[in-house]
Amino acid sequence: MKAVKFDNVKFAYGDGGGDYAVNGVTLEIEEGEFVAVLGRNGSGKSTLAKLINALLVPETGKAEVFGMDTSDEKKTFEIRKSAGMVFQNPDNQMVASIVEDDVAFGPENIGLSREEIGERIDFALKAVGMQEYRQATPSRLSGGQKQRIAIAGVLAIKPKIMILDESTAMLDPKGRCEVMDVIKRLNKEEGITVILITHFMEEALEADRAIVMHRGEVVMDAKPEEIFSCSEELESYNLTLPRAAYISKKLIEGGLPIKGAFNAEDLAEELCGLLHKD
Amino acid sequence: MLNDVTFGQYYPTKSFVHNMDPRAKIVFVIAYIVAIFLADNFYGLAAVTVFLLLVVFLSRVPFGRVLRSVKMILFLIIFTAILNLFFYSGESAYDPLVKWGIIKITQESVVNMIFLSFRLFLLVMGTAVLTLTTTPVALTDGIESLLTPLKWIRFPVHELALIMSIALRFIPTLMDETNRIIAAQKARGANFESGGLIKRAKAVVPILIPLLVSAFRRAEDLGDAMDARCYSGAKGRTKYKKLTFTWRDLLGLIFIAGLITGIVFLNLNFGGKFAILALING
Amino acid sequence: MRIVAQGLTYTYNPKSPFASQALKGVDLTIEEGEFFGIIGHTGSGKTTFVQHLNALIKVTGGVLKVGDYDLSDKKCKFLELRSKVGMVFQYPEYQLFAETVEKDVMFGLKNFRKEMKEEEMKAAVREAVEMVDLDYDAIKDKSPFELSGGQRRRVAIAGVIVTKPEILILDEPAAGLDPLGKQEIMALLHSIHGKTCKTVIIVSHDMDEIAENCTRAAVFAGGKVIMEDTPSGIFKRSDELQALGLDIPVTAKCAKILSEHGIGVDTDFTCDDFISKILQKYAAQSGNEGSR
Repeated sequence: MKAVKFDNVKFAYGDGGGDYAVNGVTLEIEEGEFVAVLGRNGSGKSTLAKLINALLVPETGKAEVFGMDTSDEKKTFEIRKSAGMVFQNPDNQMVASIVEDDVAFGPENIGLSREEIGERIDFALKAVGMQEYRQATPSRLSGGQKQRIAIAGVLAIKPKIMILDESTAMLDPKGRCEVMDVIKRLNKEEGITVILITHFMEEALEADRAIVMHRGEVVMDAKPEEIFSCSEELESYNLTLPRAAYISKKLIEGGLPIKGAFNAEDLAEELCGLLHKD
Repeated sequence: MLNDVTFGQYYPTKSFVHNMDPRAKIVFVIAYIVAIFLADNFYGLAAVTVFLLLVVFLSRVPFGRVLRSVKMILFLIIFTAILNLFFYSGESAYDPLVKWGIIKITQESVVNMIFLSFRLFLLVMGTAVLTLTTTPVALTDGIESLLTPLKWIRFPVHELALIMSIALRFIPTLMDETNRIIAAQKARGANFESGGLIKRAKAVVPILIPLLVSAFRRAEDLGDAMDARCYSGAKGRTKYKKLTFTWRDLLGLIFIAGLITGIVFLNLNFGGKFAILALING
Repeated sequence: MRIVAQGLTYTYNPKSPFASQALKGVDLTIEEGEFFGIIGHTGSGKTTFVQHLNALIKVTGGVLKVGDYDLSDKKCKFLELRSKVGMVFQYPEYQLFAETVEKDVMFGLKNFRKEMKEEEMKAAVREAVEMVDLDYDAIKDKSPFELSGGQRRRVAIAGVIVTKPEILILDEPAAGLDPLGKQEIMALLHSIHGKTCKTVIIVSHDMDEIAENCTRAAVFAGGKVIMEDTPSGIFKRSDELQALGLDIPVTAKCAKILSEHGIGVDTDFTCDDFISKILQKYAAQSGNEGSR
């Protein structure tokens, strides 16, 4: 069974002047995949995310999560249990003033016993590396730490899919790194399907697959490396290359016989093989 | 500007009082307030004072820290004191101390003023001990638990508790935000410190509107985040935190029951607050 | 106007259990005309320092001079100073409040230039809105809340540069924007730097942004300035930066690995320079091989 299956999904906001925010998206995501979603502001990325866990419901077309139709209200609860979502601003998704109470919120909602909630809190906080902050106050934590707590709050429900809607956008580089490490680990070790919506091209390189959205449509869908090899097409969607990819592209254009790389380490390695020592 | 407002004055330390169940503490404070209003003479108030000092001692909160909470409402205490001094209308058994036009200060009004101010003082000190030794979160939990019986009359206890908890959670965030907006508007030349009342009220608009817009945005986000975390009201919901009533709480409640009994005894045996005047005047 | 800070100290909540010293003696000089970068972790003191520059935080220890204004002097004309040192906060779009874009941008003028006539003000607003590449006639009567995120940020910047400050300070001006939006904002700051404001100071976490755009930069750590140099000077010390847990530009990462392999690249760490230096090096090398 597919983790996510979209069939010609369309959705428009009431005030959008009739334009579809998501305009005929057909898409399948396998269980265990790590998918990055790229696109300019307003390209429909966030709408797509909300359509997955039934925060929004398609106007036409069909959206399914593990075979459950998101427009079936009886399934909403089950869908949200299997597809958790972390948002952009960590401050706006916490309900309690103590970390463990906040992480407990989800398990409480699905009616688990006290003992089980305790275990879930242990598991979730450990998974994001925040065990020692169990009694802390969120407002005293750094942005990266807060976002890890928000991830733990979703993780405690034990979803099979984790959607991150620009969850790294407001963080500093350190916080972003922390959050990315957690996401990668969850995908590799816990086998959670990750759908990462981001503006940072470098983050997309960590994914198995990247989807580019433009004006509500999926316009590219391939391995990140393949997507970043089509720089002209990417530019036409107002996106840029990761910086290292840009540099290697320019070097190739300048006549350097390299394959091209997407991150600094690989680029440096290629250059080492080519340039002589001083 | 807002930095002066210390929200939630919890004093973190470990003590007998800190460890008490918040429900017991709330009941305790209510009983304490009853004791204060029950006390009819200075002996009663003295008993309450001794009792308060004992609790403060047990709580390990520095006495000065407790006094500081009185400072916040000092104005109110002085104001009521003055009103009582000048407008006491009871009969007087002694010659007035001052008589000037319609203003008349009698010995009774002085005693009355001292008595009432003292009451108010004890009241504030006692509730301060509660908030100093109990985190806002624990207080919320305690109130929710105490209100639970009201569920039977369909009172939305769970919703109320959730609202309180979210409010507590967002107060620091919104305070930060307010400070940031104030700084941003100050950088654009806004002046919040001078001018008349109307001018000052107008100056608040550039703070209030962005703050409201942001609060609504946050509320919308929070709603989505709660939905995404499977929130669907109180139905089928369990609770992780459970409050436990211990020997400390029992002891505390026995203690306060003793105080109330003592005060009733003092009331019955030593007359009203003006009895002290008879002593002074021989 | 030149900025000179000497031994600047600042403590939040002094004499309380929550006291924390944010600045522990900052010495820094920023010359007129610079495009200056300020780097450092959250909590390194950079924001506290920057808020001193237009007296949002009053000097309590040390000396701070901005042009002829001595900010350590209680009699300093703070309001006048604020009109000359513009400050754009992080996510400035969240400070917009007026019914129309025009009124919002005019807010600063109404506060700082009370003597100006309505017509002059409108002209100044038009100039500022056009400076940030927005169509004045099309948006002046719109509510700021109708605009897109990127447009709102531009309006907020217009609201600060409308008084033509000599120094413009921006805290993370590109935060939260998509890659193209970031490039556009940086290009915008360069055109403001050339025309409206003599000095531009940006606080940024993005080292590539610093390397590409700044004439000089300072690194804050633990309430002090630990490096003050051109970006090329700073990123040559990439080991020290990484030891502090700070990022380094992609070009510096490459250059570092290359130098570990004995290949020196003398670059200023901008992309263009790095590319041309590598190409030159390769050309020289293959030229040598060809002549052999």
